[in-house]
Amino acid sequence: MSILTTKNLSIGYSKKGRTDVIQSQLNLELRAGELVCLIGPNGSGKSTLLRTLTGLQKPLSGNALIDGKDILKLKQLEKALLISLVLTERVDIENATVYNLVSLGRHPHSDWWGSITEPEDSIIREAIEMVHLGHKMHQNINELSDGERQRVMIAKALAQDTPIIMLDEPTAHLDLPNRVEIMLLLHKLAHKTDKAILLSTHELDLALQAADRIWLISSDRGVECGVPEDLVFNGSFNSAFESKSYYFNAANGNFSMNYPMTKKVWVTGDKTRMYWTLRALARAGYMVVQDADIQILVTASGWKIDDNEIETVEDLLTELESLHQPFEP
Amino acid sequence: MKSRSFILFLALSLLTLSLFLADLAWGSIHISLREIISVFFGKGGDGINSEILLNFRLPKAITAILAGASLSVAGLMMQTLFRNSLADPYILGVSSGASLGVALVMMAASVLPVAFVSSGWALIVAAIIGASVVLVLVVGVSFKVNNAVSLLIVGLMFGTIAGSIVSVLQNFSNPDAIKLFVMWTFGSLSAVTWTYMQVLLPVSMLGLGMAFFLQKRLDGLLLGENYARGLGVSIIQTRLLIVIATGILAGGITAFTGPIAFVGVAIPHIARGIFRTSSHKILMPATVLCGASLILFCDIISQIPAYTLPINTISALFGAPIIIWIILKKRS
Repeated sequence: MSILTTKNLSIGYSKKGRTDVIQSQLNLELRAGELVCLIGPNGSGKSTLLRTLTGLQKPLSGNALIDGKDILKLKQLEKALLISLVLTERVDIENATVYNLVSLGRHPHSDWWGSITEPEDSIIREAIEMVHLGHKMHQNINELSDGERQRVMIAKALAQDTPIIMLDEPTAHLDLPNRVEIMLLLHKLAHKTDKAILLSTHELDLALQAADRIWLISSDRGVECGVPEDLVFNGSFNSAFESKSYYFNAANGNFSMNYPMTKKVWVTGDKTRMYWTLRALARAGYMVVQDADIQILVTASGWKIDDNEIETVEDLLTELESLHQPFEP
Repeated sequence: MKSRSFILFLALSLLTLSLFLADLAWGSIHISLREIISVFFGKGGDGINSEILLNFRLPKAITAILAGASLSVAGLMMQTLFRNSLADPYILGVSSGASLGVALVMMAASVLPVAFVSSGWALIVAAIIGASVVLVLVVGVSFKVNNAVSLLIVGLMFGTIAGSIVSVLQNFSNPDAIKLFVMWTFGSLSAVTWTYMQVLLPVSMLGLGMAFFLQKRLDGLLLGENYARGLGVSIIQTRLLIVIATGILAGGITAFTGPIAFVGVAIPHIARGIFRTSSHKILMPATVLCGASLILFCDIISQIPAYTLPINTISALFGAPIIIWIILKKRS
């Protein structure tokens, strides 16, 4: 079921009669129970799109509809009942506990005094449990790690109990284990709570693994939507991130650098060690071709060139170097 | 958690009440507690003592409570609005704005209708307008300057500008008006007669009422403006209401007592320290009680020497070290 749709949406900035269109003719759809990752190079309009969809910024033309209602025509409070936000800005509040901060998410629901009733309290506790911070419920937020803080903000969004959650680069500033954990958590939450979760990110490989759907945004190709694998197969990733110095490697879902490859070798052998061997060879400028003069055999414990056993990659590269310049004095 | 706050509130209320009674008892003439009670319950008492008590010490003590509560709540709101733990009406030049308003009225008093000036409405309206104008300017600058200390310097500059204009005004005024104004700047709680109290009390109550009404939005603002927007808080409206409430509280008090320094910055920190919370539901009443206690205490101290000391001096003596302590704490 789609919750949020856009109709011929144009986004960008309009200042003193000059309009700067960043993206136009966007027809997007956000569905309940799906984790959607918004990916794209810098300057392609990720933040602008997110700001427009949350109603923080006006679209140049077209509209964005939630449940059929135009976002721009909604009051601040009505919006707060439909979309909850997790932003990049750091929240520092003196003396606030995890519980205090998450309870702020109940604002749009509570009365003018903001009193926390029994049912409110259980919603807050449930939200904290969902991000696995139950044991730190009454801890001061200034004592938490960056990853835990981000989870508190996600709990705040859960407590707000909206059909849509939007997150602006929730994995920025986190180390790898925390990045993976946040992505997994969001994936799980989307499926468990049947909310639509939209997040922008630079983490291509994580997004490819966790997202149910990807919105791939680029300056010249607009926004392409689809299941991650479909976008890999149809070459969208490669085109979106086109560059001379690297390319999207469809084999492993990562970016690979375009090294100048002038020297030729051929490699056969052990599958698991092969991947890393090829990486090292590419970096050193070796192109892998079948009829090359130098033949490398990858064994379970090392490498062999003409029965010459080699143990480390460093030695392998030195050996190749000498083989390529055999006649120099 | 809840019972802890309750006990603290009970203790603070008792402290405020005992300081209130002490403030009534102490002074150049000592009035015993028994006499205070008998005067209050209409059993009369010594004629002069009851006169001193009812027409001098009682309005003074009530003014102390109002001043402490109003300035502290104004400080709390400003600290949340600017997300800056050093913001306060005095430091950010709001009190200077109020002074400018007062100076304009005092030195132009000959032009204004007498009834308007003598009832105190002229002073309070001018002070509130002066305070609000400076506050609006500081809010405007705060959009461009994010750095906490830079904002304080800008506030200081606004205060200096207001002060300079006052000096220029003094040059063109008659000596009587200047004397009146200089006396006012020393800050005094005893300037508030029952006539003035009829103005000050409703104005302070209005400001405090607005502040309590805003507590939920202030909680939302703790997250920053974008998050607050996401929680359904209308930012422009909220900011405007905070400016008006702060202007009424800081301007209203300053109009009658003169600028009282550092109460606004120190008390919210003390309240946060005691109650260990960020919720304005608790911090609002906590700052009211702490602020009232502090000014009552300052007033009692100022009576100790033979000549009454200006309240401003005493409060600065307490407040300034607290600011240094806050800055040092932030460093670590």
